[in-house]
Amino acid sequence: MTALATRATTRRRIGAGAFYSTSVVLAVLFLAPLVWSFFTSIYGSRATGGNPGFGGDNYARLVEYGEGLWTYTWNSIVVSVVAVLGTLIVSVLGGYAFARYSFPGKNLIFLGALAFLMIPHPTILVPLYTMLTWVGLQNSLVSVGLVIVMFELPFALFMMRNAFEALPKELEEAALLDGNTSFGALRRILLRAVTPAMVTVGMFAFLAAWNEFLTPLIFLTQGDSFTLPVALVSLRSGEMGTIDLGALQAGIVVTAVPCLLIFILLQRHYVRGFTAGAVRG
Amino acid sequence: MGLLYSAPATLVILVLFLVPLVLAFWMSLNDWPLIGPHEFNAPDNYVAIGQNKLFLDSIGFTVKYTVVMTVIFIVVGLGLALLVQNARPGVGLFRTAFLLPTAVGLASSSLLFYALYNNDFGPLDDILRALGIVQGQADFLGTPDAAFLSTVVMVTWRFAGFNMIILLTGLQAIPVEVYEAARTDGAGWWKTLWHVTLPLLKPTIVLILVLGVTGSLLAFEPFYVLTAGGPSNSTVTMVIAMFREAFTLFDLGHAAAIAMVLLVVLVAINAAQLFFFRDKEAKR
Repeated sequence: MTALATRATTRRRIGAGAFYSTSVVLAVLFLAPLVWSFFTSIYGSRATGGNPGFGGDNYARLVEYGEGLWTYTWNSIVVSVVAVLGTLIVSVLGGYAFARYSFPGKNLIFLGALAFLMIPHPTILVPLYTMLTWVGLQNSLVSVGLVIVMFELPFALFMMRNAFEALPKELEEAALLDGNTSFGALRRILLRAVTPAMVTVGMFAFLAAWNEFLTPLIFLTQGDSFTLPVALVSLRSGEMGTIDLGALQAGIVVTAVPCLLIFILLQRHYVRGFTAGAVRG
Repeated sequence: MGLLYSAPATLVILVLFLVPLVLAFWMSLNDWPLIGPHEFNAPDNYVAIGQNKLFLDSIGFTVKYTVVMTVIFIVVGLGLALLVQNARPGVGLFRTAFLLPTAVGLASSSLLFYALYNNDFGPLDDILRALGIVQGQADFLGTPDAAFLSTVVMVTWRFAGFNMIILLTGLQAIPVEVYEAARTDGAGWWKTLWHVTLPLLKPTIVLILVLGVTGSLLAFEPFYVLTAGGPSNSTVTMVIAMFREAFTLFDLGHAAAIAMVLLVVLVAINAAQLFFFRDKEAKR
């Protein structure tokens, strides 16, 4: 081995050592709060009613909190399902239209969606709340989900338009020749081809809807319509008695686990959201 | 046909974006209580902003927070992206670890750190005392400076991976040949970073800048949940001031006026950032 090659190897080894030690320290810092939260939710005096060791008391108290954990979880599920389905339907149809058709007002509508990226969400939430009171829908979970469809629309439309544009035209021509209507071709052939983009759009919509705080905080005024984040913050501010940090930990775990699982399973699709459409705001 | 397919999108944009936007402007011209009839009173709501001490004080605080956060987003995000940009065994696991807090909601993150910062409950004060960083009783949310710093740490934890992944996308778009050319010219690591990587990464850094400035100027959850605007209103952001006007004082007209000011400022800042950086790019 020549002196030069030895030096290069040594340097690479130092580089690797520095990389792994730095990365491990940072990874511990990033993961520690999550691990701690999970651990304290099942361990300690609050989790066991005073005895040392592991226990489920924090979760038991969380289930009983306020209107009950199941009510809040169900509300979060309703908001998320409306947001995910709504975002997918609107952006798949719209993305297909923007990629394949020309029609009056096409550019105006697309620019209108992108202009929303510049708009502070709080600016439209106050008037939206007023509009909801006009039609008596203040505590409607569906309206929270629909507002999140609008929040997600610029990114989703952009993403789906690009996905449809990337498809070869021959694919739908062949489908149309086989006697499909335009909608039939979209449904049977093209949807399968843009499924990866739909997974990305759906995942972003779910994470946004499940975790959204300001919109449900403004729209939902009755305790039994609260979503998980709103209910947890009311627990933190001690609105119903003293602040129960043990139950709060359990609540954070319950709220975070679905997001973490989906994120770990679909991480590739999350990263693609940035490579394909770096327009998110 | 295209018109039909785009109809749902058009409807959503119309009902959930344009109509509320116009209504926000109209509300800002009216005395508009939460309950009861409204009455045209322009420009009283805008004049009242000049006497709204909570909001005026929140401007300086929000700008300070925005500057600090945006610098941290760029520096920390870039550091992490450079660390994990090369393919090595296990690098995917580290990327996942840095990215994982992004999946946790901002409200949940704020609650998690609220518990971490609680001395009876969280281990943080014990750890810092053991390391000799603090003496005696630590108070993470008790003074304005501590509350600010504690929030900055939480937001950095939550968003560092998000910024890392955007910058990583930018880094990986730089062709390998550019680095090889730099090495042939005998450029070291720092020189390559400063003269090759950063200039080529500029569009991505501008994106982080725009996202960081916009997001931080509109910060709500961290200060509403973690510090509750305190101690003694020292961490009230502009959006929290607007929220209180609307839903604690029930003056929707005044809140709408603040919202319109926020809107104009944000559009101006975004346009200026994009124009400023695009202009420079074109000249080069």
